[in-house]
Amino acid sequence: MEYHLQTPLKKEDIEKLNAGNVVYISGELLTARDEAHARILEMKEKGEKLPFSLEGAVIYHCGPLMQQAESGWKVISAGPTTNGRMSKMTPSLLKAHDVRAIIGKGGMKGVASELENKCVYLAYTGGCAALAAELIKEVNTVHWLDLGMPEAVWVLRVEEFGPLIVGIDSKGKDIFAEVRERAEKVLEKLQK
Amino acid sequence: MDSFSGIYFLICDFYYLIHFGGLLSSKISRENFIRSIADLLRKAEIELPDDVESALRKAETAEESQVAKSQLEAILKNLEIAKKHGVPMCQDTGIMIFFAELGTEFQPGFDLEAALREAVILATAEVPLRPNAVDPLTRKNSGDNTGVGIPDIHWKLVPGNQLKITAAPKGAGSENMSALRMFNPTETGNIRNFVLETIVNAGGMPCPPLTIGVEIGGSSDAAARLAKEALLEPLDAPMNGLEIEILETVNSLGIGCMGLGGSTTALAVHVKTAYCHTASLSVAVNIQCWANRHASIVFGGDE
Repeated sequence: MEYHLQTPLKKEDIEKLNAGNVVYISGELLTARDEAHARILEMKEKGEKLPFSLEGAVIYHCGPLMQQAESGWKVISAGPTTNGRMSKMTPSLLKAHDVRAIIGKGGMKGVASELENKCVYLAYTGGCAALAAELIKEVNTVHWLDLGMPEAVWVLRVEEFGPLIVGIDSKGKDIFAEVRERAEKVLEKLQK
Repeated sequence: MDSFSGIYFLICDFYYLIHFGGLLSSKISRENFIRSIADLLRKAEIELPDDVESALRKAETAEESQVAKSQLEAILKNLEIAKKHGVPMCQDTGIMIFFAELGTEFQPGFDLEAALREAVILATAEVPLRPNAVDPLTRKNSGDNTGVGIPDIHWKLVPGNQLKITAAPKGAGSENMSALRMFNPTETGNIRNFVLETIVNAGGMPCPPLTIGVEIGGSSDAAARLAKEALLEPLDAPMNGLEIEILETVNSLGIGCMGLGGSTTALAVHVKTAYCHTASLSVAVNIQCWANRHASIVFGGDE
């Protein structure tokens, strides 16, 4: 199955997605990595208002390579980062905000139950940054540049961003966990 | 060549050969050196060596899982776009690492390390490269890919009058999955399992299909460095029995491209060995993502 979705995402949009489906997204993506996650949670704790909305948002775990031109920021290269690093902060983030999709690569250990009925994990081919840059039409704005270019929150306008593979759906099915379990079983046999 | 007063570039595959005539061989222009290294970094970031690209094509042809095949197709398409637009193939343009083989008779006449650093700053602005170098504790980004210990330069003294520099930018996704273990000397039988555990633990995070560098022996720091150097071996070079055994078992794990399942988890395994203390057995595993980026240049030498 193939789906074409428009942001902001509604709960119904993601409930119909099953692990293994192919998805294309149009609208806005917000990049966020380790430092941005930490700041979002810190602000929540202090009761401060974020300079952007995360309700129905699609978070792209990406540290893009940007170039400042006269007309504004230009995307040079913007592929997904390893989102395993954000696994620990993601549950708190999902409790604080209605983020509907997380895009990254490599999977996220132990978050499938946290995503249930809330959010999906979409896998984009790791390293395919030149391809991704072609699908990003515009840099709408950037927040928190003080964190450095890769760690800042970039608001990107995309058209038909994909193909994205539903790696973890909102019903708890996790392709990465299944592949890992199978690999662990093979390893166990080899070790005997 | 004695009357030859300038420099000429001979581009052959990944090598630029810069020859200097006669007495000039001890002098090399700092400016040209910096220019060549910045160009070398650009090349390494935009194009994969032929052996790596061809290994990826083979993996795509052989893959039976449709999801994994779609991922490999995306990788090949990405390589085409990067080449067409002259942009880095991956947004993680890495930490700048150089392997330098310095001929004992090669006399640059300027500070090579400072010039390499300048070339990194130039390439960062020109290509451009993502500024990745940060202070480990404050996490402050230097903004130009340099800092204490960065670029990371490995010098090796070799006989002769040439200087060979290999630029091998390394991303964090794969580097973070690398591992080192100090075994007991009698535990040689556990080496294969250690490599497999490292790969299973890494799953899709280091962007498979991987190149796996393994170093057995040496001191702990030498093992880690040599495992990384092993990644530079051509992927089409014949592998020995141990390397083939590890490669086949790694691929039997079914992790596949991007950890979404599939038949090719690794493209090649290269194992190096070095003598070690009789009471030691260090084993290092360095994991390289599909973007096994590196390019070399040779300065100096005779006709």
